[in-house]
Amino acid sequence: MNDMSRVEREVDTNEIKLECRDCQVYYGDTHAIKDVNVDIEDKTVTAFIGPSGCGKSTFLRCLNRMNDTIDVARVEGSFRLDGEDIYDKRVDPVQLRAKVGMVFQKPNPFPKSIYDNVAYGPRIHGLAKNKAELDEIVEKSLRRGAIWNEVKDRLDAPGTGLSGGQQQRLCIARAVATEPEVLLMDEPCSALDPIATAQVEELIDELRSQYSVVIVTHSMQQAARVSQKTAFFHLGNLVEFGETGQIFTNPVDPRTESYITGRIG
Amino acid sequence: MTDASMQTPETGRHSVSLTATDAHTRKRANAEKRFRAYGIAAIATGLFFLVVLFTSILSEGIPAFKRTVISVDFTLTEAQRTEAEGELFKTKAYSNLFIAALKSELDERGLNVAVDEAAIERLLGKVGGTIRTFYSDNPDKIGEPVAFDLTASSRVDGYFKGRVSRDTMQDSRFLQKSDLDLVDALEEAGIVKQAFNWPFITGADSGVDNPGGAGIGASVVGSFFMMLVVLGLSLPIGVAASIYLEEFAPQNRFTDLIEVNISNLAAVPSIVFGILGLAVFIQFMHLPQSAPLVGGLVLTLMTLPTIIISTRASLKAVPPSIRDAALGVGASKMQAVFHHVLPLAAPGILTGTIIGLAQALGETAPLLLIGMVGFVARGYPDGFLAGFTEPNSAMPAQIYTWAARADVGFYEKAWGGIIILLIFLLSMNIIAIILRRRFERRW
Amino acid sequence: MPILWLFLIVIAIAAVGYVLGRSRALQSAGGDSRNLHSLPTFYGANVALKTVVPAFGLLIIWLLAQPLYVNSQISGMIPDTAIKEGSSHSLVMAEVRRTADGLDNAVAQGQIAETEARDAQADAADMTQRLKDAGQVVTSEITQPVLRAAQGYRVMTASGYKIMSIAVIVVAIAGAVFSLFQTHSEYRARNVVEQGIRILLLGAASIAILTTVGIVLSLVFNTWEFFKLYPATDFFFGKTWAPSFSGRGGSSSLGILPLLWGTFYISLVALLVAVPIGLFAAIYLSEYASPKVRAFAKPLLEVLAGIPTIVYGLFALLTVGPLLLSVFGDDGLGWMKAGTAVMTAGLVMGIMLIPFVSSLSDDIINAVPQAMRDGSYGLGATQSETIRQVVLPAALPGIVGAILLAASRAIGETMIVVLGAGAAARLSLNPFEAMTTVTAKIVSQLTGDADFASPEALVAFALGMTLFILTLGLNIFALYIVRKYREQYE
Repeated sequence: MNDMSRVEREVDTNEIKLECRDCQVYYGDTHAIKDVNVDIEDKTVTAFIGPSGCGKSTFLRCLNRMNDTIDVARVEGSFRLDGEDIYDKRVDPVQLRAKVGMVFQKPNPFPKSIYDNVAYGPRIHGLAKNKAELDEIVEKSLRRGAIWNEVKDRLDAPGTGLSGGQQQRLCIARAVATEPEVLLMDEPCSALDPIATAQVEELIDELRSQYSVVIVTHSMQQAARVSQKTAFFHLGNLVEFGETGQIFTNPVDPRTESYITGRIG
Repeated sequence: MTDASMQTPETGRHSVSLTATDAHTRKRANAEKRFRAYGIAAIATGLFFLVVLFTSILSEGIPAFKRTVISVDFTLTEAQRTEAEGELFKTKAYSNLFIAALKSELDERGLNVAVDEAAIERLLGKVGGTIRTFYSDNPDKIGEPVAFDLTASSRVDGYFKGRVSRDTMQDSRFLQKSDLDLVDALEEAGIVKQAFNWPFITGADSGVDNPGGAGIGASVVGSFFMMLVVLGLSLPIGVAASIYLEEFAPQNRFTDLIEVNISNLAAVPSIVFGILGLAVFIQFMHLPQSAPLVGGLVLTLMTLPTIIISTRASLKAVPPSIRDAALGVGASKMQAVFHHVLPLAAPGILTGTIIGLAQALGETAPLLLIGMVGFVARGYPDGFLAGFTEPNSAMPAQIYTWAARADVGFYEKAWGGIIILLIFLLSMNIIAIILRRRFERRW
Repeated sequence: MPILWLFLIVIAIAAVGYVLGRSRALQSAGGDSRNLHSLPTFYGANVALKTVVPAFGLLIIWLLAQPLYVNSQISGMIPDTAIKEGSSHSLVMAEVRRTADGLDNAVAQGQIAETEARDAQADAADMTQRLKDAGQVVTSEITQPVLRAAQGYRVMTASGYKIMSIAVIVVAIAGAVFSLFQTHSEYRARNVVEQGIRILLLGAASIAILTTVGIVLSLVFNTWEFFKLYPATDFFFGKTWAPSFSGRGGSSSLGILPLLWGTFYISLVALLVAVPIGLFAAIYLSEYASPKVRAFAKPLLEVLAGIPTIVYGLFALLTVGPLLLSVFGDDGLGWMKAGTAVMTAGLVMGIMLIPFVSSLSDDIINAVPQAMRDGSYGLGATQSETIRQVVLPAALPGIVGAILLAASRAIGETMIVVLGAGAAARLSLNPFEAMTTVTAKIVSQLTGDADFASPEALVAFALGMTLFILTLGLNIFALYIVRKYREQYE
C-alpha cells in the first residue's frame, strides 16, 4: 500500500478542490490571518504547519465556517469550493459542513452509543431511507475509520468508554459517515499516544484515495509522513506553500528553514 | 481495510450546488427557526409575566398613596366655644357648627344640597370630636380661620378610586346613595380633594372595619428592628463560620458534617424555620410572642446559609499569594487572615450580606408562626430596647394581614404595602450592585 | 431587662480585664514591649476572652437548662387527680405556665401585689377573677393545684435567675483574675488567644449543625407528642382532613393524604409552567442570544426570583384568581367556582420558579464542553439539532437535578398556597377546584386558637416533619445527581 501511495505522490495532477484568495481573519481588533492564498487539491493530504499561535487552526476553521460560531471572529476574502463561494449569503453553513467535515484536536465522541455517534450525521442529513441502509452506512464508516473490527461486537456501548485512539478513529468514522468531500483535521493526534498516532496516520493515508484531507499539525515529522502538500504559517502569514518534499528538504524562505531546523517555534 | 478503497464514493448528493437548497435542508432550516422561536417565546412569556406582575402592583397599589380629604375653612369664635361646651352633647354641638360652616360655603358657591348630620358622619366619621380635640389642644387658634383637612371615609375614597360605584353599591350604615350627591356637590365646590396619603406611610394598623386609617409605618419599624437583629447576628456568625471553613477547617468528618448541614439548610422550606422558632424560641425559651427579636432570630438562622455561601466565595476569590506574602513576613495564620484576606474580601461579604438581608426582609411564612400576624400593631414601640421585645408586626406580615381581611378596602393597602416593600428591596439591591461595581477587584 | 444588664456587666469586667492585662504584661517586661513574647494587645485579649467566654457559656447553658429543670420539678407537684378527663399532663402544664405569666404581668402592672401573688392561702376562684380583671388571658377556671403550681413556678424561676446572675458574674471575675495571674512576659498570649479565636470560629460554624439539630428535635419531639394523642396510621393513611375547631374535641380527622395530594398537584402545575419556559429560556439565552440580549433578558428574568413570595401570594389572590375566574368561572366555561384554586396557585408558583429553573439549567448547559458542540457542527448539524440531540442529552442528568430542586421549592412554598390555593382539603382531579397543601395547613393549625398541646396544633409538627423529610430527600437526591453530572465534565 505504501508503494501505491508513493506512486500516486509522484503523478500528482489533481484538480483544485478548494481555492482560497486574500483571506483575512480578525478576532475583535486582532488581525489573526493576513493575506493567505492556498489551493487545496482533491485526493491530496495538505498539511498546515507552524509554531503555536500562528493561525493555522484559525485558518482551518474558515474552510467550513466553524468560525461562525465565534461571535467576535470576522472572515474576509474568497473561499471557493468547486468554484462556489462558501461565504455567499445564500450558502447554508450546515450544508457546507456536510461537505467539508471536521475532526478535532481532542477526541469528542458524543455521550451516546458508538452506533449513534456514527449514525448522527447520516440521520440529521437524511442520508438513509431505512434502518438497514443506516446500518450499512454505519458499518461502512466504521470500516473506513479502521475501527470496525474493534467495536463491531459492542455498537451499543457508549463512545466515551473507548480508549483515546479508538475515540479519535470513531470521530473520523463519524465524520466520513456524512460523505464529505473535504476532511479537515485539527491536530488529530495531539492527544494520542504514539501507537494510536500511527494508527490514525495510516488511516489518513487511506482516506486520501477518496477525500481531500487538510491536516493541522504541530509535528513536522507527522507532516512529512502523511502529506503531499505543506503550508507553513508564521504570525498569521502564509510563509511558504508547496510540495511536502520540497518544503522539508529545500525551503525557499529563511523563516521556513529556521522553523524546520528548530531555531524558531 | 481494503474495503474502503474498493468502494467507489457515492457522488449523487454531492453534485448539488451549495447554494441550491433541497427539501430536506429546507425542512431542517424550518425546524431550526421553530426551535429558535420557542426560545424567544419562552423569554417573551417570562418577561410578559414580569410586566403583568408589575403593572398590577403599580395600578392597584398607587391609589393607596392617595387619600380623599374634605377641606373646609372653619372659624370658631370664643362665644361659640363657650356655648358648645355648655351643651350636654358637646361633640354634637361642634358637629353642628361644622355643618353650618360647610353649608354656608356651599351656598356661597350657589350649590344647594341637603346636608344632614348622619350623612356627614358617614362621610367623615365623628367630625365633632376631631374639631373639639383640635381646639382644646390649640386654644390660641380660636377666633381665626383654620383650614381643616379631614380624611373622608374608606367608602367615599373608594368612590373616587372606582372601587365603589353608584350602580353597584347598596345602601348601608357606611354609605347611602344620597350621600354620593353630596359628595359630587362637594367635589364641584372644590371642597373634596385628593391629597398624598402621609398617614399610610407613617401610621400604624387600624381595626378591621377601618381600612382608610391603616398605615404601614409601625410595621416598617418592626421590620427595621428585625433586620437589626439579623444583621447583628448573621454577619459576625456568618463571617466567622466562613473563615473557619475556608481557612482553618481540617479535612475531617466534622467539617464535612458542617458543610452538608449548611447546604441542606439553604434548601429547607422557610416554614420549617418558623416551626423551629415557635418550638424553640417561644415554647421552650419563652421569649415573647410577636416580638421582632424572635422574628430576627428565626430570620438569622434562615439567612446564615446564604451569607456563609457568599462569604466563602469572596474569601476563595482572594488569591493564595496574598496569604503566602503575609505568612512570608512572619505573620501567624490568624493575622494573615484578619489583616489581609478579610479586608480584601470585605466588599464581597458586604454585598452578599445585603442580598441576604433583602431576602430576609421579604420573608413571610416563618413570621406567621411566631405570631406576627393577627396581631394589630397599633403604634410605635416605646423606645429602642422595647423595639426588640414589644409585640409588633413586620412589613410582609402586615401585608398578609391586610390581604386576609374581609374588607376589600384593605386590598389597596396590601398592594401599597408591597410597593413600599419593593422600594426597600430595590434600594438594597442597588446598593449591593453599586458596592460590587465600585469595589470589585479582578485578580 | 436583667439579662441585658448581666450582659453589660460581663462586658465591663472584660474591658477592665483587657486594660489591666495589657498594662500588667508591659510592667512585667519593664515597660518595653519588645521583651514580651506577644504584642501587648494579645495579653489584654487573653484576659478579655477568658472573662467573656466562660461567663456567656454558663449564661446560655443556664438559660436553656433552667426551664427544663423547673418544668420537671413543677410537674411533679401536680397530683394526678388534678388532671381532668380528656386532658393531659402537658395541657395542665401549659395552663400552669399561662397562669404564672398572667401573675407576672399583673404584678408588673401593679394590679396584684407581689405578696398576694405568692400567698399560699390565695383562693383559686378569687385569683381567676382578679387575673381576668387585670386583662390577663386565662382560658378557664384556675383550679387550686394549678394555682399552687403556678406560684411555685414563679418562685423557682425568679430565684433561679437570681442565682444565675450571681454565678455568671462570679465566673467572669474568676476568669479575669485567673488570667491576670497568668500574665507575665514569658506567657505565650498570642498562641492562646489565637487558639481561643479558632475555637470561637469553629463554634460559629457549628451553628449550622445546631440549627439542624434544633429543627429535628423540635419536629421529632412534638410529632411524638402528636402520635401519642392521634394514631399514626390514621394520620398517614387517612383520606379526610377535618380538624374540629374547638381545639379540644376528639372528633378531628387528621389524614395527610388530601394535603399531600394538593401539594403534589399544585407543584405539578407549577412545574408544567416553569420547566418548559425556564428550560427554553435558558437554551435561548445560552445558545442563541447575542451578548446584548443576554445582558438585558437574564437580569430581568432573575428579578422574578428576587420578589418576595408574599407578593406572589397577593398576585395570585387578587389578580390571577379573578382573571382565571372570568375565563373558567360561571361567566365563561363554568369549570371554576372561586378564584382560589390549584390552577391559580400552580400558575403563580410556576412564574416564581421560572428564573430558578432557567438559571440552574443555564449553568448546566454551559457546563457541556464546547468540544461536544463543535463535533456536532463539524458534521453539519444545525444549532437546534446540536442542542436537542447532543447538548440536552449530555445535560440531562443535571437538568433532572435542577427540576427536582425546583420541585422541592414548590413543595415547601407557603405564601402562594396560603393565599391562592384555598383552604378546603380534598382529593380531586379538577385543577380548577380549591385544594390545600401541607404548608398551608401548618400555618392554619398553628395560627388558630387551638392549644399548643392539642392534637389539632400538634399535627402541624407532624406535617412539618413530613415536609422536612420530603424536601430534604429531594434535595439530597438532586444535589447528588448534579454533583455526579459536574464531575463527569471536570
